[in-house]
Amino acid sequence: MAKTYDIIEHIHDVVVVGAGGAGLRATLGMTAEGLSTACVTKVFPTRSHTVAAQGGVGAALGNMQEDSWQWHMYDTVKGADWLGDQDAIEYMCREAPAAVYELENFGVPFSRTDEGKIYQRPFGGHMKNFGEAPVERACAAADRTGHAILHTLYQQCLKYNAEFFVEYFAIDLIMDEEGNCRGVLAWNLADGTMHRFLGKLTVLASGGYGRSYFSATSAHTCTGDGHGMVARAGLPLQDMEFVQFHPTGIYGSGCLITEGSRGEGGYLTNSEGEAFMERYAPTAKDLASRDVVSRAMTVEIREGRGVGDDNDHILLHLEHLGEDVLHKRLPGITETARIFAGVDASQEPIPVLPTVHYNMGGIPTNYHGEVLRPTLNDPDAICPGLMSIGEAACVSVHGANRLGTNSLIDLVVFGRAAALRAKDILKNYDLNKPIDNNSLESGLERFDSLRYSDGKQSTADVRLNMQRIMQNNAAVFRTSEILTEGCELIDKAGAAMKDLKTKDRSLIWNSDLVETLELENLMACSKTTLYSAEARKESRGAQAHEDYPDRDDENWMKHTLAWLREDGSVNLDYRPVHTYTLTDDVEYIEPKARVY
Amino acid sequence: MVEFTLPKNSRVMKGAVFTSPTSAKNIRKFKIYRYDADTGKNPRLDTYEVDMDTCGPMVLDALIKIKNEIDSSLTFRRSCREGVCGSCAMNIDGTNTLACIKDLKEVNGDVKIYPLPHMPVLKDLVPDLTEAYEQYTSIKPWLKSDTPVSGKERLQTPEERQELDGLWECVLCFSCSTSCPSYWWNGDKYLGPAALLQAYRWLADSRDDSTKDRLEELEDPFKMYRCHTIMNCTKTCPKNLNPAKAIAKTKKMMLEHG
Ligand SMILES: Cc1cc2nc3c(=O)[nH]c(=O)nc-3n(C[C@H](O)[C@H](O)[C@H](O)COP(=O)(O)OP(=O)(O)OC[C@H]3O[C@@H](n4cnc5c(N)ncnc54)[C@H](O)[C@@H]3O)c2cc1C
Ligand code: SF4
Ligand code: FES
Repeated sequence: MAKTYDIIEHIHDVVVVGAGGAGLRATLGMTAEGLSTACVTKVFPTRSHTVAAQGGVGAALGNMQEDSWQWHMYDTVKGADWLGDQDAIEYMCREAPAAVYELENFGVPFSRTDEGKIYQRPFGGHMKNFGEAPVERACAAADRTGHAILHTLYQQCLKYNAEFFVEYFAIDLIMDEEGNCRGVLAWNLADGTMHRFLGKLTVLASGGYGRSYFSATSAHTCTGDGHGMVARAGLPLQDMEFVQFHPTGIYGSGCLITEGSRGEGGYLTNSEGEAFMERYAPTAKDLASRDVVSRAMTVEIREGRGVGDDNDHILLHLEHLGEDVLHKRLPGITETARIFAGVDASQEPIPVLPTVHYNMGGIPTNYHGEVLRPTLNDPDAICPGLMSIGEAACVSVHGANRLGTNSLIDLVVFGRAAALRAKDILKNYDLNKPIDNNSLESGLERFDSLRYSDGKQSTADVRLNMQRIMQNNAAVFRTSEILTEGCELIDKAGAAMKDLKTKDRSLIWNSDLVETLELENLMACSKTTLYSAEARKESRGAQAHEDYPDRDDENWMKHTLAWLREDGSVNLDYRPVHTYTLTDDVEYIEPKARVY
Repeated sequence: MVEFTLPKNSRVMKGAVFTSPTSAKNIRKFKIYRYDADTGKNPRLDTYEVDMDTCGPMVLDALIKIKNEIDSSLTFRRSCREGVCGSCAMNIDGTNTLACIKDLKEVNGDVKIYPLPHMPVLKDLVPDLTEAYEQYTSIKPWLKSDTPVSGKERLQTPEERQELDGLWECVLCFSCSTSCPSYWWNGDKYLGPAALLQAYRWLADSRDDSTKDRLEELEDPFKMYRCHTIMNCTKTCPKNLNPAKAIAKTKKMMLEHG
């Protein structure tokens, strides 16, 4: 097969796949360290999904009122419903302030306080003094924080003359016989050529897989490509059952209205005009963590108190904030509400619905960003040559439920950590065994067979079917019956991948083929999500299981591992949660009931 | 005498017509530019009939519907579908804009869709933006400051920060540059409104202290002074930004710094 496609070879120290916040921060760090770094990305860097992040990046700067990284850590552990690894959480929350100052120093146009400091707003689940009352911790650039950060990181990469391969689609990892990762196979869309990127380290920063679902706040390009590559390389995915529903996606289009709007004082009401969150979360109210708010909304709708002709959504009120706050603090979502809901947010409420938003699960790593390949004896064993960061990875700092603003901080903290680790690893690097062409064979064969696939079902039809299954069978509330049915349905949907029909056979910008490759990755994510959810017999964070409504720490405080076998079936196992911190500066936070 | 030659492949041929099933009652015609570099054939204009009763409100919704249900080979860039990533810039009904926030109700009659004008086309609605990106890089779009930092943030008053509003939100879609006749004819030497807006973004940032260098680099008959205040850029910008004003302010700074 390698014969039919000419392969262009590149040799680097590091190959980063992805140019979102995580990929760019890593590329920047590695380039600045003097490592020869290739950043391969399927979209131009500033078009990555990070650009859409709105509300803020979390760090206990204490610019508005007293705050501390220990409180941030406590909130994150609690938000994660004790499924997060506390060593990694400590690392993230400690490093967060320095990471945000660094972003400002790079040039991020943060909004400012009257004193000229970085402006911070309250956000869901971020509290002061270990859960007492909401605190302003979300560092914001109006409601376009992701845009501000992503553009700035790209600009810094330009400053350091980092090397980009833009609109190159990564197809598969290149693994050697010993199971080490040696690089990636990628396709240049602009001219149709095939490329082999060899690197001593490969870093997957390819983002989440929101598009497994029919309705998501995520961009069309969030297709879990890194997850798919890892699964095909025989490595496990972790905690895939934990899919976050954001309370306020616009009804219909699914576009996001940031939680920062509730941070600024917005609130939700049902058909009786009641601000119902007070009943569910007396202290935090509308600023409880996302899983809590999304469940409350779903219950309201189920019990007949939804609004609209079909009583199927909820209202978000921002009218009382006044034009000035909307204009200064929330200009982006004011525009989005006008365009996608036809609503003038300064006059009337916005119709909203819990919408798929974020994947807590992903490629398991340690807090250095090294990918894990757990063995019987060592649940923390690593896969040499492979790293992962950002939404693609599961460190795990978000556990069973991520707090808002904790993803952007995750991107920059662990992007930087990966660069630091890379420098160390490469000092003692000794994997110089040549790699033969066979390592490309399976990726190229897959590519070629999808390119010429001539079955009966279109990529769009199979994708739609998969998205509907996920929407129906892996929703906010789950039952054993629904999940079991979901597993059966997704197996059937997955089998259709063998009967696909593509139309375009070309190589230059063949988007038919791009979408088909993406579908294969999404399918791997969907399957592992459903199987992992079906197996977990408890409720924790984003997994709300009606047959098992309680958290069961004794049996289930553990990370799910899901392998995709070659025949397409899913194999599950578990590894322990890290019940220790990184340093003696903080003590392990013992599990307790989660009340907001 | 100046001689204009039409770029290669500028003759657009008549293309295929994809009629909709007879059951559809509310049909609209989309005429879409197609070009396939792999075949080397001239571009063509394909016509798709779309059932509007089952189509979303935006032009991008229609394009996705066509790709999903009628012709999977149709190719265009898209990602965020909410007007923030800048991927889906194209020429719709004669105007450069973002397909994902262009409401179909704003278009009368058949919907004509072309790639951004005067850029090389890679395929269908996908232009090659390499040169535009290089021009962006050429203005050194990063903070340049020799002021040491304290391990905390640099201070900036809300008023100083406000100077950046209307500048930093640019999504680099290049709708503006590709709507500018000066850019069409001198795109190799004139930076175009998108890059110039960003040049001003750094001139306007109180934290940046290389104003003099930045202005000097623009001191050239082409880079900025090819702007003839035609204003197409500001009229077309789908994010309601005002590159023309930024250019005017830069010219004023130039005079002040003499
Ligand atoms: C609407 C919205 C608002 C949000 N707001 C916030 C917020 O306010 N605060 C917060 O903390 N979080 C927020 N989040 C979450 C956060 O934005 C994301 O989790 C985060 O941006 C993910 O960044 P990333 O770098 O991991 O990946 P992405 O930004 O998704 O980037 C993925 C990169 O990988 C590349 N890639 C993918 N597949 C391939 C392939 N096959 N080949 C080559 N390249 C590939 C892409 O080109 C892209 O460059 C928000 C999310 C959404 C949807
Ligand atoms: S100024 Fe407007 S039209 Fe020009 S690139 Fe920026 S967003 Fe696009
Ligand atoms: S798809 Fe992102 S701007 Fe249109």
